Amino acid sequence: MTGDLASLALMGKYIGAGLATMGLGGAGIGVGTIAGNFLAGALRNPSAASSQMANLFVGIAFAEALGIFSFLIALLLMFAV
Amino acid sequence: MATTEAAAEAGHSAGMPQLNFETWPNQIFWLLVALVIIWFVVAKIAIPRIGGILAERNGTIGKDLAAAEELKAKAKAAEGAYTAALENARVEAAKIIAATKAEIQTVLDKATAEADAQIAAKAAESEKRIAEIRAGAEVAVAEVARDTAGALVQALGGQAEPSVIEAAVSARVKG
Amino acid sequence: MNVAEAGGLLIDPMHQFQIVPLFAGAAGEHGGGHGPEIGLFTITNQTLWLGIAVVAIFLLFVLGTARRSVIPGRVQSIGELIYGFIHDMVEDVLGHEGAKFFPWLMVLFTFIVTSNLLGLLPKSFSPTSHIAVTAVLALGVFLTVTLVGLYKKGLGFLGMFWVSSAPLALRPILAVIELISYFVRPLSHSIRLGGNIMAGHAVIKVFAGFASIVGIPTVGIAMKAGVSGVSILAIAGIYGLELLVAVVQAYVFTILTCVYLRDAVGEAHH
Repeated sequence: MTGDLASLALMGKYIGAGLATMGLGGAGIGVGTIAGNFLAGALRNPSAASSQMANLFVGIAFAEALGIFSFLIALLLMFAV
Repeated sequence: MATTEAAAEAGHSAGMPQLNFETWPNQIFWLLVALVIIWFVVAKIAIPRIGGILAERNGTIGKDLAAAEELKAKAKAAEGAYTAALENARVEAAKIIAATKAEIQTVLDKATAEADAQIAAKAAESEKRIAEIRAGAEVAVAEVARDTAGALVQALGGQAEPSVIEAAVSARVKG
Repeated sequence: MNVAEAGGLLIDPMHQFQIVPLFAGAAGEHGGGHGPEIGLFTITNQTLWLGIAVVAIFLLFVLGTARRSVIPGRVQSIGELIYGFIHDMVEDVLGHEGAKFFPWLMVLFTFIVTSNLLGLLPKSFSPTSHIAVTAVLALGVFLTVTLVGLYKKGLGFLGMFWVSSAPLALRPILAVIELISYFVRPLSHSIRLGGNIMAGHAVIKVFAGFASIVGIPTVGIAMKAGVSGVSILAIAGIYGLELLVAVVQAYVFTILTCVYLRDAVGEAHH
């Protein structure tokens, strides 16, 4: 029966890894929202756009980090657990 | 190594090399060495050098800009001088044109007057000669008429008194 | 053993991150355990690529600018570009207070961007894909921010956690949240960089694994051509994306360092 248990654990691991990758979708939505709003604002006031590039990248970085966390969890499930 | 053995037992992957903590001291040691070298390269050599280059370039650009400004002022002055000279020349030329025109006019007037006088003289002379010729012609006509009349009278067998013929021809020629 | 046998495909995205001694000698066993023989001073593939990064930076910044020409050549232009870029960033975010951090931020940026870009060469190794490396960088930033903040502002630095613009009842809760987010900073700071680089390399490797379908005898020729063609196109696309990511992540790491430093040296904001 240990073989069954091991394959059950393996299955859980893979399913968990797959589920964890969904977090990347959230990060994608977040990054898209930030970039879209930046573009909308930049089209309204193009002269202020270049001064806000730093904030744009910082915001994208923060949003992306959370997606990277879920990717990391997927990797941990795949390779480290 | 625990993870490798566990992985070997389980029969799947060796895990993430990133989480193999036995390599961490080595990684951190060499990273610190690299960072110290990069710090020397960047902070001690590159930053002062590039800062110097940029400052020098700004200085050069500033100097060049000043020189360009000076040249521009010079060019403007030269342009002013040129415009003034051009204006002068134009005024001078206008003056010369006016003087020449007046001179030509006087010469022309004089020549015209002379020509007029000559033409008048010639015309008067011609008139006189025409009058002379006309007078000469009248005399000749009268003479021819008298002679003709005398001859005619003789041919007809008459004897013509010259004074009678004279009177008759004079009356006819005048009439 | 390291290979995930997915229907015969050789997909092993993590193998490329393994740290192996370069001069293993008799002890080195191909593909085997690599733990015990890596001591503190062992020269590994990571050491080699750290060294190459150092050499590249040396070539760029020392030999590239050696002529000190007023009209820059190509290499000198790159050096000046990086200098101006970081200088403007520091001026924008930190103001004049930031001048003394400028060399450190230059070191951070040049090291990260060089390692990231060198890691994209085939057969190479990216030190910044390792959490150990990015964690040292991020912890260094975290400690610098904390110590500089405490030194410059004393206990006033802790006022950062006490949001005076919020209603009084909410402030303790906000303080807890702010405190947690403060201590999560080095974690997110390091994992953002390491994770991005690792993810990009792993994705390229996964597609390369799909391209290995040509080695399986039971698969039809059309299938082989289709799958490997799509994989190779995908690798090319991802590679372009990774070039962007390599530079953007170095930029993000540096500008986040600036933003964190602003808490320590700048006037209180928010």
